[in-house]
Amino acid sequence: MLEAFLIKLSLAAAVFFGVLNLAGLHTWIERKQSAIMQDRIGANRASIFGLRLFGLFHPLADVLKLFTKEDFIPPGGNRVLHTLAPFLSAFFALVVFAAIPIGNTLTLGGWVIELQVASLDIGLLYILAMLSMGVYGVVLAGYASNNHYAFLGGMRAASQMLSYEITMGISLIGLIMWSGTLDLQAMVRAQGQYLWGWLPLWGAVVQPVALIVFLAAALAETKRIPFDMPEGESEIVGYFVEYSGMKFGLFFMTDFIETVLVACLATTFFFGGWQVPYLFPDGFRFPWGGAIPMAPLAVTLAGIGAFTAKVVGFCWLFMTVRWTLPRFRYDQLMRLGWQYLFPISLANVVATGLALRLLS
Amino acid sequence: MIRKRELTFWERMYLPEIIRGVALTSRHFVRNLAIHTLHAVGLAKHRSAAVTYQYPEQPRPLAPRLRTRHRLTLREDGTPRCVACMMCETVCPARCITIVAGEHPDPNIEKYPTRFDIDLGVCIYCGYCVEACPEDAIRMDTQILDIAAYSRAEMKLDLHELLNPSLRKPVKACSLPFPHRCAVRGDPHAAGPEQPLHGPIFIGGDVTRAAGMEDQAQQARQIEAPHPVPLPSGEREKGEGRGNG
Repeated sequence: MLEAFLIKLSLAAAVFFGVLNLAGLHTWIERKQSAIMQDRIGANRASIFGLRLFGLFHPLADVLKLFTKEDFIPPGGNRVLHTLAPFLSAFFALVVFAAIPIGNTLTLGGWVIELQVASLDIGLLYILAMLSMGVYGVVLAGYASNNHYAFLGGMRAASQMLSYEITMGISLIGLIMWSGTLDLQAMVRAQGQYLWGWLPLWGAVVQPVALIVFLAAALAETKRIPFDMPEGESEIVGYFVEYSGMKFGLFFMTDFIETVLVACLATTFFFGGWQVPYLFPDGFRFPWGGAIPMAPLAVTLAGIGAFTAKVVGFCWLFMTVRWTLPRFRYDQLMRLGWQYLFPISLANVVATGLALRLLS
Repeated sequence: MIRKRELTFWERMYLPEIIRGVALTSRHFVRNLAIHTLHAVGLAKHRSAAVTYQYPEQPRPLAPRLRTRHRLTLREDGTPRCVACMMCETVCPARCITIVAGEHPDPNIEKYPTRFDIDLGVCIYCGYCVEACPEDAIRMDTQILDIAAYSRAEMKLDLHELLNPSLRKPVKACSLPFPHRCAVRGDPHAAGPEQPLHGPIFIGGDVTRAAGMEDQAQQARQIEAPHPVPLPSGEREKGEGRGNG
């Protein structure tokens, strides 16, 4: 019992470590990728002993700066809620990772470890629930700041996130109908099938429309450009206008954690999670003949690697979108959410139901 | 009037346009990343992946006609070409130039500046001084742009810095081979009397009144000007001797 507990604990620590590091690296990726996309060089001046390392020390310098800044709570603001809000925000973003399978079962010294922190039967519902709880951090931040602009920003965030959560949930229903389960590990395993013997039957193949709707809704959930109406640092004042120091840093980190999270979700639901094409538990078996036998441990590790690579690829895509598109106007945002994405996702559910009925 | 173009069906679909935009930025990303990677292993140095100039280490190339910090050109014997004709001082719209003339040992030259100050904190870099100069004695081609200082006094250039553009404040040693008012050696009267200057116009309030006050101030200065202090005899002989030789 204790061993099982320790194994889960170390697995949770590993996921936590990986997620936080990837999120922290996002500050660097954001600067460098945008710079390279725009023919610039990007932040490269922070150095340790003259070692610049492509600006990799800038996140460290940022954190040091944020920790040494004054932590200001506006007069009239609610001290408790003001302090609680960033932590709530980051907590609900981090807690979702528990349900995400990062790999197939790992057999190690007689222990069969499911590479998923929490093996929940209703993993998908849990994820959607935790995502909606994330709104509380944002709304509380706006409410507790005693600032009209922060409050309006919080309201914008709440309405945007609620609107797009519905679309996001409904876009996933088609996938649930197809795989017949809410367990994420089972959903990933279901994506290990092959259509006509060669096309990996990933969620993106089964539900291409849902993928697009999900990506749009998920981008809106991260509250980043082109859906950064709640924040809008440069023009419209956002919900964390009254935050300084590391509390602001936490909100900032939450954005990046959510980006990683959305990348993980998109990978899990639509790009086969830890599935590697043509990799079976005993090694590669290609449809055109030929096979490469592999040890079970190597197969599992390849799965974890594939998951990580897919997540990083999605992070890259989200970052590219963020540095390509201009911001929506608020009415455009609402119209896109309610008049286009929501009906499309509903129609997708109906079409999926019909297709399943006809094909079975 | 700007007529808005009607969007086509595919443009209104929004998704193809997003893909086009992402493709454009991704093309830049992939190209620049490839060049950066090649640079890291020492290849393709002639191709640039960024338009950035890493400024303090890699200054931007400047156009040769760009007006930058002034310098005074020299004769072959190391004395300034300037004949202290006061053309630049007169034409200067910012009145940042102060010249005090001294007698040149060569009768064909008549005069030379024993004092030539430019207040860069006042200078507007119009280049009129360069155009007005009949002797090609002042130029603005040093390509020095990083003129910054912590005090107004440090913005003032004198003969030492104008004759040698590589000098920076504080100037440690004076090596000018002719008599001049030398702040470095601390002998302000070495080159003869201080003459009345016209400094920058007082601006603010009623300009005409300010100008009137300026005239009064100038008159007052002329009246209060100290008696001419003669050059120390040794100094004068030394200067003449060098001039003749």
